[in-house]
Formats: sequence, structure tokens, C-alpha cells
Amino acid sequence: MKTRRDFIKISTVGVGAAAISYKALGSKGFGLFESKLEGPVSDEDLTPYPTYCEVCFWKCAAWAYVDKKGRIRKVLGNKNDPHCNGRLCPRGTGGVGMTYDEDRLKTPLIRETRNDGTQYFREASWDEALNKVADKMKEVKEKHGPEAFGLFNHGTPGGQFHHLLRAYGSESNAEPAFANCRGPRMSAYFSTFGAYVGSPESTDIRDTKCLVLIGSHIGENMHNSQVQEMSEAIDNGATIITVDPRFSTAAAHSSFWLPIKPATDIALIMAWIHVLIYEELFDKDFVERYTFGFDQLKEHVKNMTPEWAYGITDIEPEQIRRTAKEMAGAAPAVVIHPGRHLVWYGDDTQRARAMAILSALLGAWGKRGSLYFAEGIKIPEYPQPHYPETKWGWRDWNGDKYPLATMGITTELLKASIPRLNYEHQVKAWLIAGTNLPLAMPDKPLFKEAAAAVEFIAVMDTMPMEVTGYADVVFPEATYLERYDVIRSAANREPNIALRMPAIEPKYDSKPGWWIAKQLGERLGLHDYFNYDDYAEVIDWQLKKLGTSLEEMKKIGVKKFPRKSGPLYMGEGEDFEFNTNTGKIELYSVDFADHGFDPIPKYTKHPEPPANFYRLIYGRAPMHTFSRTINNPNLSDLMSENSVWVNPKVADLWGLKKGQEVWLKNQDGAITTFPVKIRVTERIRWDSVYMVHGFGHANKKLSRAFGRGAADTEMITNVMVDPIMGGTGMRGNFITFLKEDPALNRKEAKA
Amino acid sequence: MRYAMAIDTKKCVGCGDCVVACQTENNVPHGYCRDWIVERVDGTYPSLSLEFRSERCNHCDNSPCVRCCPTGASHIVDGGVVLVTPHKCIGCGACIESCPYDARYPHPEGHVDKCTFCIHRVEKGQNPACVDVCPTNCLHFGDLDDPNSAVSLALKDRKWKVLAPEAGTKPQLYFLT
Repeated sequence: MKTRRDFIKISTVGVGAAAISYKALGSKGFGLFESKLEGPVSDEDLTPYPTYCEVCFWKCAAWAYVDKKGRIRKVLGNKNDPHCNGRLCPRGTGGVGMTYDEDRLKTPLIRETRNDGTQYFREASWDEALNKVADKMKEVKEKHGPEAFGLFNHGTPGGQFHHLLRAYGSESNAEPAFANCRGPRMSAYFSTFGAYVGSPESTDIRDTKCLVLIGSHIGENMHNSQVQEMSEAIDNGATIITVDPRFSTAAAHSSFWLPIKPATDIALIMAWIHVLIYEELFDKDFVERYTFGFDQLKEHVKNMTPEWAYGITDIEPEQIRRTAKEMAGAAPAVVIHPGRHLVWYGDDTQRARAMAILSALLGAWGKRGSLYFAEGIKIPEYPQPHYPETKWGWRDWNGDKYPLATMGITTELLKASIPRLNYEHQVKAWLIAGTNLPLAMPDKPLFKEAAAAVEFIAVMDTMPMEVTGYADVVFPEATYLERYDVIRSAANREPNIALRMPAIEPKYDSKPGWWIAKQLGERLGLHDYFNYDDYAEVIDWQLKKLGTSLEEMKKIGVKKFPRKSGPLYMGEGEDFEFNTNTGKIELYSVDFADHGFDPIPKYTKHPEPPANFYRLIYGRAPMHTFSRTINNPNLSDLMSENSVWVNPKVADLWGLKKGQEVWLKNQDGAITTFPVKIRVTERIRWDSVYMVHGFGHANKKLSRAFGRGAADTEMITNVMVDPIMGGTGMRGNFITFLKEDPALNRKEAKA
Repeated sequence: MRYAMAIDTKKCVGCGDCVVACQTENNVPHGYCRDWIVERVDGTYPSLSLEFRSERCNHCDNSPCVRCCPTGASHIVDGGVVLVTPHKCIGCGACIESCPYDARYPHPEGHVDKCTFCIHRVEKGQNPACVDVCPTNCLHFGDLDDPNSAVSLALKDRKWKVLAPEAGTKPQLYFLT
């Protein structure tokens, strides 16, 4: 199908200058090690600059060490930082590869159409690119109102554009971090405890006696301080219980691994709750004092016995009882990890609710070794006018749907962009900052239709990610090691802040996100919202209000503050008012009942794979963050492609060999663009396959990532939407193997 | 003085941070490494065990690589650390063949390269880069002759194994099990 906006791979830039600059680096080496004989440099000969990492969302504070030639040699964790305690994860250590990746976006790009109708990107000056986007923003504002300009954002740079859009008059924003990731637990924990678990989660793993991981694969997700604390918990002899159909790294380090049949987790949790209640193992004092709805819960789980759950989950009743007793024995020092990427089957808010209820029965809230009361620092707001009122925003797309959504839903923003879907409030243009939507989101056809429908797309990124191919204007962003950014402030045991400042000047013609947002703001007459020449002024002003300064923070990177909200844990028998309807922890959710949802979670049977199909389970590898690191020279060196894990029984059945390349096809006939290698391993169940997310890049300009492995998201066309908060459940997809290149068949399928 | 390293397989998650930290610290070219991760799976589903090991040169007491080196480029310094002097190395590869741990590789500059236990850091009282970066704190380095060193303390109350003991190389990487 030909659309107004063809997808352009930046590799097809038809401009001599671009091609030359790519070649200039030569084919040998990746730029990091140009002077080959240089050995290690003494730390004394390096200058450290404070930063916090942007390779993932954990945002560990670090020092970027720059040598006398102005090159960043290494990045090391800040010892005073509670996110990393001086130890970065492989991605943070390899973060320097993000800066020195020679495939980076180097100049602004503008889409052009040749006489023959083909399209390409032309290199442009910043002035031209900024004017083009600002003009379009003005035009949309006049024609449709500013609300029709939507924003997809992620991470620190996304915040700058969020500010720009708010100043311009739009709240039409969404980020994959909510509906495609941790949204369910936000709604679930808020409705149960009247509080969120935050990011980093306020899990007291360090001091726990029992850590329960339900599909959470700590160690493969390198959520740094949690990995560190799990390691401490192992040293302390804590019991670790891991529920996973895959023998994950965490499962291997666990005292109990429950190899559950996929999609049945709620049944297991309800059976645990049954055992705790009917064997009187729960914390009676805590439940009586702080909870609401115990009697209804008790009645509700009456028949949800371990024997009942066995038939559903494949977990032996004895194992269910034994692990419930382990938890009870360790209570209240139990962490039921609330999970992070929870959007699996569309009843994920209910699963997270079940986890929250389980925590409450164990008294595992606000107690040492469970979930602590985190405290953060509120960063003073730099003087600016109020944001203008908006006539509508992301809430209005939902209508009566997803009443408990607390942030914009990405798929709704896509749908609101497609005229045939007749949304009352339609979006006409997009800004995309820091998220590679085609690989991040399920249901790629929906994305493609929406991208073809909108009038205009501007993308800001550091790399020629696939999403840039849909853009009319591409802004090359400076990497986190080359820019100032907002002060990091995340709640933790000790309130703290961290500074990010440039270690080196931005390479090529890239610019910091704040600068790009400000330039657009100035062109839109929004100077009062961007009343500074350099973002360092904003940071210094804010730091001074906090009793420090940019000068001091440049020397220390991280500053801790005394707690003001009281102790980390609840006192014994302390009166406590929860921020819920009843003022108590709601085992029975009044809010859910009011909205017509199950007030107590129920197990729902989900579809199972048809014959010759296998459930697709996907996850993380410790050295990669989504699709954004796959081309990083340091990190691709550790893992350059993904594989599809199949149980030996399945491999035998299909005659699949280790390392054999196959294409995957899902229940809807979608086929992966690239083949993926088979990994035959006992670590996965026979009814499922597993892939690491983020691979299968289709842009040739990503020289290390192109065509390496396959994209799990291409196989996720069935989205099971959570009616409570709009989460996009992605684990209801089933794949089969194609041993022959489907290229020819594929054409037929499209026709 | 006898430098050694203990690697706690009960805690290692196989993340590869040690590998990246080594590469950036020691300017190891991309595509090569001085340390690496081994993942070993035993059993059948669901009775499984999995071990991750962060491996590198074993800095053997009885090191075949040093014995077979025709030029003396491979040598042992104080503390038992096995090193290669690049300008003396002719790249013949005999040491690579002789190592039962596959710990050496041909550097693109023509010489053989391997783990140095970050001797340039150790001399200043620092840990090797891999030890200091490890998020699970599963690597312990120090002097076996000092009972209070991190490695001695790590080995004190734990079971351990070495790799390829049958090779008789007296390796100095201890894997806590």
C-alpha cells in the first residue's frame, strides 16, 4: 500500500554529504579504540563528570571519565547513589557506546519527495528543521486546536517535550511505560493501598526474609539496586520463591521455583491466599487493624484450594502449601514483588491486585523487609506562567473505558489519530521523543495505519531507529553524556538528587533535548516558559532552592537529604490512614466495585495455543534495554542477536537444531521480517517459546543491529486489553516455526 | 603474596558487566574479551540447575603458557600474576594452544592478550575493574596469604571448585558453589 508518507529507512539518504560522513570513519574498528596500543589510563589522568545513566529508566548516578584528548574512557557508578551504590550494570558500563556509536543521527533531516514520487531524507540546518516543526505546530493549532498535536514520550528527554506541549496547549500525550508496561500495578496498588510502589520500587529486598517473584526476572532485567539487593538477600539466607514457566536466572537462584503453566498466575495467588486464610497463617492483627473486606475475601477464596489450583497451574498442592508457609514464616519481612512489565493477559490489574492482597495478608506493607515508605525530593518549579487550559486531552480518548487509567494510553493515542475510528477528539500530528514505537508497541499494523494517517510526525532520537523512518522531520539528540537534563529525583530510603551534566560537547550536529524544546518554544512565542539561555541556569536555580548549587553538585553528583516524612517503616500497632475510599487497605476494592469490576480478583481461563503453536513469552537480557541498545558497539559485543528458546521435546518434534534459523509465524498469520536462531534448552516449557525483546531491527543504517534476530513485537498482533486501565496484554500470542524462507509466500499473504 | 579470585556462582546472574568493564578499562578491542560468561544448564524440565561463571585467565601456579612461550613474553610477576609483554610477543600462538581455559586471544595488533588481574589497578591498592563493577558483588579478589583479604574471607566458609583440575595447572580462580 502506498501512503502519503512512505517509510524511509535512513540508509537511503540520497545525499552525498551524508554518505561521505558515514564512510569517513572507515571500516575498521568502532571509533572507541582508534589508538590501538593505548593501554589502561590511570584514573588520576581522567576527569570525572557527574551524570545519571539513560540507558534504562533506573537512572543510576555515575561519573563519566574523560581523558586528556577529550574522550570518555569509562563510566563508573557513583558510590553515594542508592540506585547503583557505585556499581553500574553492563548497560551503564557500556553506556559510553551510545555516544561513540558511529551510526548515530548526525544532523537534522527533512523528508523530501522526488519528481518520481519517491521519498528521501535531506540533511537540513537546525533552523530549517525547527522552523518546519514550529510552523506545523502553529498550523495545527489554528486548524484543529493545540490539543490535536500529540506526544509519545519516554525517559528524560521526553519530559522536555511534555513541557513544550503543555505550554503550547496540549495534554495529548502517552508513554509506553504506562499501558504497555507497569500501568496495571499502578492502578492495582493504588486501589489497594492508596499508594504507588514507585520507580525504583520501594521493595525492601535487602532486609527481606522471603522474596516472591511472580514472572519478574530480576537478574535478566538489570534493575540495578534490586539485582544488588537480591544478591544481598541470597547472602542473608532469604527464601526466594520464583514463579515462572521459564527457568529464569532468578529461578536458578531461588529456593523454590514453581514452573507454572503460563496464564494461570491468578489461580496460584488465590490458592496461596486460601492457604493463608484457612490455615490461619495470615497476620491477624494487621488484617484487623488496617484492612477492609476480609470476610468477603475469605468467602471468595473458600473453594480456591491448592487442589483446585493444581489442575489449573500444574503446581503441586504440596508446593503451594509449602511456599505459602514459607511466606507466613517470614512475614512481615516478605516482598511480593509488584512486577514491572505486567501487561500479559488483559486481567493484569487483577493479578497485581491479588499480589497486593497477598502482601496485605502477610502484613508485608510498611514493615522492614517488605515495602518501605520511600521519600523523594520535590524539585522546585522554575518560574514560568501557568500552562494554558486544554479543551481535551488523553483522558477524553478513553471515554467511559479504562476508568482507572492514570496516564495516557499509547494505543488510544494511535486510535485517536485514525479518522475512520471516529474518535470525538482526533489527533493530527505527533512528536515522538525517546521511544522507538514500532518495536516497543504491540499491534504494528495499528501503528502503521496511525502513522500514515497523521499529517505530520517529528521524531527526536539519538539513533536512526525504525521510528525515524516515519518522520517528516528528524532531530538528532545529543546523548545523555553530552547534555544537561532535569535533576533526577526518585523516592528512595533516603531522599536524594542526582545531577547530569555534559562530559563532552555533543558530537556531530546533535543537540540536547532541552535545547530543541526551547528552540521550538521560542518560535511558538512561548519564551516565558523557556526563560533561560542554558538549562544549567534552571538547574542551578533549583539546586540553590534546595540548599545546594550546581557548583557543589558538579563535585559530588549525588546529594542525600534527611527524611522529613517520618520513619521508613510503620510503628508497631501504629494508627495509619490509607489513602483509599475506606481509609483501610482494601482487600475488597470499593473503587473496583463502583466501576463494575470484580472487587476481589478472579481467575479467568485464557486461550491456549492451538496445535503446533506455542505461547510466545518474551523478556529482557541483562545487557540490553529494549531496542535502544542493540546497536551499541559495547553491548552488541555481549549479545548481538536474540534466539528463540525451545524445549528439546519441541525441537525433536520439529527436527529443529541448535543455531538453525527459522521464521516465526503467529496465529494471525504475521511472519517475522527476519529469521531467528533456535536455542534448544530445558529452561523453557514445552508449550511455550521465549525470546529476548528488542531485536530484529529493520534499518540498515544500524550496522550492528540490522537483521540480527527477530522482533517479538511483530508476533504480538493479538492484544488483550485490560478494561480497568487500558493495559495492552501481549502474552496471548502463539507462534509456529517456518523452516523455509517465507519471502515468496509472504507476498501472497499480503495480497 | 598470592593473588587470586573467588567467583560466587550462587549470586552471579551472568549479566556480562565484568566483560564490558574489562573492555573499557583495558581498551580491549570490540569483538574480543579477556573475561567471559559461561552458562551451564543441567537436568531436564522442571528438575534443573543453572550455573553462571565469570571466567578469565586462571593465573595458574603451574602455567603452561609461560613454560611454552619461546620469547619470554609470557611471564609471571609478584603475586603470581601471569602477564604478556606485547613487544616481546611474536604472536606464535603456542600459549593459546597450551591454555586449558582458552583464556588467551590474538590481539589484532599482532600480540597475544589476556587478563592481567588489572595489575595496574592492583598495584595502587584497587580491585580489578570487573570486581569493582559487579552488581551482585560476586567477585572477590585479593591475596591468599592475607587471611583478611576479600578472597580469603570469601573462601573461608564456602565450598569451592576450580576448573580443569586434571590439567595440573594449579589455577587461582575459585568458584564458590
